[in-house]
Amino acid sequence: MTIESLLAYNQILVLFIFVLAIFVGIEVISKVPSMLHTPLMSGTNAIHGIILFGGILVLADADSVLTQVLGFVAVVFGSANVFGGFMVTDRMLQMFKKKK
Amino acid sequence: MSSTIALLLIVVSVLFILGIKFLSSPKTARKGNLVAAAGMVLGLLILCNGNGVSAWSHGWSFNYTLIVIGTVIGLIIGAIGAYSVKMTAMPQMVALFNGLGGGAAALVASLEFMKGAHSVEGIKAFIAVAMLFATLIGSLSFSGSIIAYFKLEGKCEKPITFPGQNIMNGLILLVIFGLCGYLTVNSGASNATIAFLVLAGLALFFGVAMVMPIGGADMPVVISLLNSFTGLAVAADGFAINNTAMIVAGTLVGSSGTLLTLLMCKAMNRPVSNVLFGAFGSSGAAAAGAGGPAGTVKPIQADEVALLLAYATRVVVVPGYGMAVAQAQHSVRELTEELGKRGVEVQFAIHPVAGRMPGHMNVLLAEANVPYDQLIEMEQINPSMDRVDVCLVIGANDVVNPAAHEDKSSPIYGMPIIDADHCKTCIVMKRSMAAGFAGIENALFYKDNTRMLFGDAKASLNALVAAVKAS
Repeated sequence: MTIESLLAYNQILVLFIFVLAIFVGIEVISKVPSMLHTPLMSGTNAIHGIILFGGILVLADADSVLTQVLGFVAVVFGSANVFGGFMVTDRMLQMFKKKK
Repeated sequence: MSSTIALLLIVVSVLFILGIKFLSSPKTARKGNLVAAAGMVLGLLILCNGNGVSAWSHGWSFNYTLIVIGTVIGLIIGAIGAYSVKMTAMPQMVALFNGLGGGAAALVASLEFMKGAHSVEGIKAFIAVAMLFATLIGSLSFSGSIIAYFKLEGKCEKPITFPGQNIMNGLILLVIFGLCGYLTVNSGASNATIAFLVLAGLALFFGVAMVMPIGGADMPVVISLLNSFTGLAVAADGFAINNTAMIVAGTLVGSSGTLLTLLMCKAMNRPVSNVLFGAFGSSGAAAAGAGGPAGTVKPIQADEVALLLAYATRVVVVPGYGMAVAQAQHSVRELTEELGKRGVEVQFAIHPVAGRMPGHMNVLLAEANVPYDQLIEMEQINPSMDRVDVCLVIGANDVVNPAAHEDKSSPIYGMPIIDADHCKTCIVMKRSMAAGFAGIENALFYKDNTRMLFGDAKASLNALVAAVKAS
């Protein structure tokens, strides 16, 4: 079995993105002061709400009642995650004020 | 996928990265959150399926109606949660949203797997691994987050353990890995559906089994870890449906969650493995009870404290979760403003794990309108603690316990603490002499320069405000 048979070239490119993103993530996040760790956690929590995209794609192609139901649940979950996450983070961050 | 869309996907990824980058300063943080949200909107507009066809190019069908309804329902649920949640309950909210994301990731991967398994061409091993990973980690994150939510709500807070637990969990993991291996090579087999359902069920169960034995106090670590799990599950889904924005977003969350988990464990001086697999306090409690701290407890009255505060040059407040529980943060702010008017320099010393999640205390104080430039991190304030006249410890306990420095037998020995005992006079506001969350006696209470102000934190603070105003 060769690597070529397991992974197509464009899949390796995608892995490339993945590996670089790990390092970017660690680099960017280590700059966030612990003062902002709660908003950071809820903000990144909102970012993984991008799974809504997956839910939409799955539901758009759904061809049976079962896939429609499960896809629908995925969309509701993803949507609550992404909208709720950004809103609650914004609500926290607007409270952070400097001394007048 | 057209080149235009591929280029726009780069923009989406950059918006996410910039969004987090802006979070590194409280001045730009709010903008950062909006930048990331803008990235999300752009990504949604240019959404393509695995074959590069835009998700919005089909004619209108019933499925689109479902998508709109589902998104609106999710939006309403999210908005209600986001605007009604109390700031003290923020960890629960994050746990809940995280669980939903994990559940969605698992569902998406499952549906894609089923579709691929029944198709003529089958699933390539690389994609199958991604889908199985997303199903496994997403399900685990979903059920684990729900349990974490209940633990933070104060239900089943105690660790639930039984003999052979770690062995059972290990066996479940082995079966899970075995099934994953089988399904990777045999995704088209007739029994693949059953094997897949067993896998998903076991993953759900494993999430519960993993979080149950962990105590309520360690839930922030668990949530951070599960947050990173959901991120990785989303990234794996990105591989499966060939969406680079999802890969970048998921991976960013994955590395952020992992980093935060490690930072938190460092702040508590415990390895991650100890948090996840060793029920806290079972070995330590006995050791701590053996030799009680030497010295006597010296109580003090509010008007005496007010005099000390009013004539001090520099005052440091060490807030803990107890302050938030007593809803005393507004009274604290009033007191510090009153002292500020008299020319006293007031700062807050924030321990990295004060509150119920990292940075929680900053949010709670920000809600009470304490300006963030008064909040100083532990490492920055410790070197100057011996030049502090009065240190006011409000609702904090373990994070100021000098046993972490002095007592080798203490379970918290080695944990970084705020050096409240180094200041000239340390006032500890406490309801009674009960031990802290970790169940350990606090040597600080018995120090020569410590005075105890007993009573409800809010009532005591209001008395202090009145007395300072009068003096």
